[in-house]
Amino acid sequence: MAQATSPIPETALPSAGLTANPAGLSRPGALAFITPGLILIVVFLAVPAAWTLYLGVTNYALFGPQASHPSFVGLANYAQALHDPLFLSAVVVTVAYVFGSAVVGQMVLGFALAWKLRQAPAWMRQPIETLVLFAWIIPAAVVGFLWATFYGPPPQTGTLNTVLHTQVNWLYQFPIPALIVFNIWRGTAFSMLLSGAALNTLPPSYLETARLAGASGWQQLRDVVFPSIRGTLLTNLLLITLWTFNDFTPFNLTGGAIPGATTLPIYIYHEAFEFSLFGLGSAMSTIMLLINLIIALGYLWVLRRTAR
Amino acid sequence: MAQVRIEDLTVQFSGGTRALDRLDLAIEDGEFFALLGPSGCGKTTLLRTIAGLVLPSAGRVVIGDRDVTRLPPGDRNVAMVFQDYALYPHMTVAENIAYPLKVRRVERSRRQEMALSVGASLGLGELMERRPAQLSGGQQQRVALARAIATRPDVFLLDEPLSNLDARLRLEARTFLKRLQGELGITTVYVTHDQAEALAMAHRMAVMDRGVVRQVGTPVEVFQYPANLFVAQFTGSTPMNLLPARVDKGALTVGGRRLPFPSGSYRLREGDRVTVGVRPEYMDLSTVERHDGLPGRVAVVESLGVTSLVTLEGEGISFQVVVPENRAPRAGERGWAVADPARTLLYDDRGELIRAF
Repeated sequence: MAQATSPIPETALPSAGLTANPAGLSRPGALAFITPGLILIVVFLAVPAAWTLYLGVTNYALFGPQASHPSFVGLANYAQALHDPLFLSAVVVTVAYVFGSAVVGQMVLGFALAWKLRQAPAWMRQPIETLVLFAWIIPAAVVGFLWATFYGPPPQTGTLNTVLHTQVNWLYQFPIPALIVFNIWRGTAFSMLLSGAALNTLPPSYLETARLAGASGWQQLRDVVFPSIRGTLLTNLLLITLWTFNDFTPFNLTGGAIPGATTLPIYIYHEAFEFSLFGLGSAMSTIMLLINLIIALGYLWVLRRTAR
Repeated sequence: MAQVRIEDLTVQFSGGTRALDRLDLAIEDGEFFALLGPSGCGKTTLLRTIAGLVLPSAGRVVIGDRDVTRLPPGDRNVAMVFQDYALYPHMTVAENIAYPLKVRRVERSRRQEMALSVGASLGLGELMERRPAQLSGGQQQRVALARAIATRPDVFLLDEPLSNLDARLRLEARTFLKRLQGELGITTVYVTHDQAEALAMAHRMAVMDRGVVRQVGTPVEVFQYPANLFVAQFTGSTPMNLLPARVDKGALTVGGRRLPFPSGSYRLREGDRVTVGVRPEYMDLSTVERHDGLPGRVAVVESLGVTSLVTLEGEGISFQVVVPENRAPRAGERGWAVADPARTLLYDDRGELIRAF
């Protein structure tokens, strides 16, 4: 974009007025168009967010005297959360879940599938793609049943135990690996689709030039593919990290009753709705929001740095 | 540097399309060889098969004395320049040129040195630290060439490398490329759909159509003696006049007019149907009646700069003549087109050239 720097006089640009108002709308007209959307955003996003922030500094609860007359407690809820070993353990479980299933599992497997299927014949590619996509489009409630059955503990032994001839209570004995495997199955399709779309933007001649130079498959990936589609891969990583972090689907498998499989959203759900501690739950949600924000800012920083 | 031999090569795609059909070709050591043909004729497939990017269904590809038919592209010691140049946007010019050397594990300082010297010889010395996006089309093309040269390949494969340049630059690049090939002496296979490019650059060329070679020869042979009507129509900057005729008492009847036979003697029988082929450049326009000329009325005059292309309408036929700039007629005038008998060709009813003896 650095070429053709011949100076164009400002007056020669007829688009100045157009870019300011491309649709030719008056200010009230434009407002009328965005108002319905704005109202929805305010009602369903801004107000609950502000409400959560407010509840986080009160002792509001669903029942009892604090329900009708909540009082201001300052940062007490935050202090309690940060000193709660179960909260901290939920953070650790969540980080392991996100790292294992999203960053390593979905990302690596999704990209590998997209990369390998690119050269595969259609009769092989299409069924595999369809299968992977199915895992993604099946409703979460159905998925919960499917996997509860799959991991089913003895005595009503589930599919996995039947196949392996074992008597293992997978979700209790290996909670984090079990959830990670489940979520890789569930979410790989997205990474596969996004990686596939990015690979399609790569001119075939890029890879052919590398092949003619004698580059191995790994060298092609390292020298040509990754640098070319880095932006898409990072965006994908950001999205699946945030989604997995906030994912509530494990609840459908565990019913929230397995301590080792309690991720942050499930733990907050317990505190707020089962123990009716809305103030504490709100404070924890705010902490979770801050963690999300830090992750997002981190990715954006890397993205901007590599885009130069 | 090496000879390239294509033996009985067939490429059939999975859909059943036959891109190449039992093709034989020998490209000599150090030769600049053009593959010319319309899109879909198989010329690019042939090039990609030599490169190893396409595997043939049958036949052999031999480079030098090595049968490379089943070798992966990287083991063939060939270099290819693609139509879109395929420069890596995240690498500098120097890194792009040095990339194949890096893959071949040439030591860093050595490959930088090689990239610099090849780059400098192609006039890229000042641009080595730029990125491809900061270069003009012509510069990008030279970077792609430099990357190919730096590996010292046995064979250069060029896939329409000039077609992304604008017309003026293309002429310069043509001369540049021909000189470069002469200096390096590397066997070069050059794919193009532009007959002028093939004629101008190649030592020899193959004209292809639907997976088969229709003629192989020097540009002069192909231009002056197209082996069949397909080649006749495909070569030349103005289309060859192809007029139906009949052998009639030692002369040819064309458009109701008896014209003398071209030079040489032919094995033809009375009443044979033939096609008379003569390029507009090899016809002369007379404003007075000539018994050996085809009469017609001037329909269109197109100025080509130094010459003009005149289209005449005769009796049921139309034909074109190239005349010098000072002799262009006006539309509506009568004229007689006289073919140079030494440059007039006859094709039989199957469209093959009838050779004089």
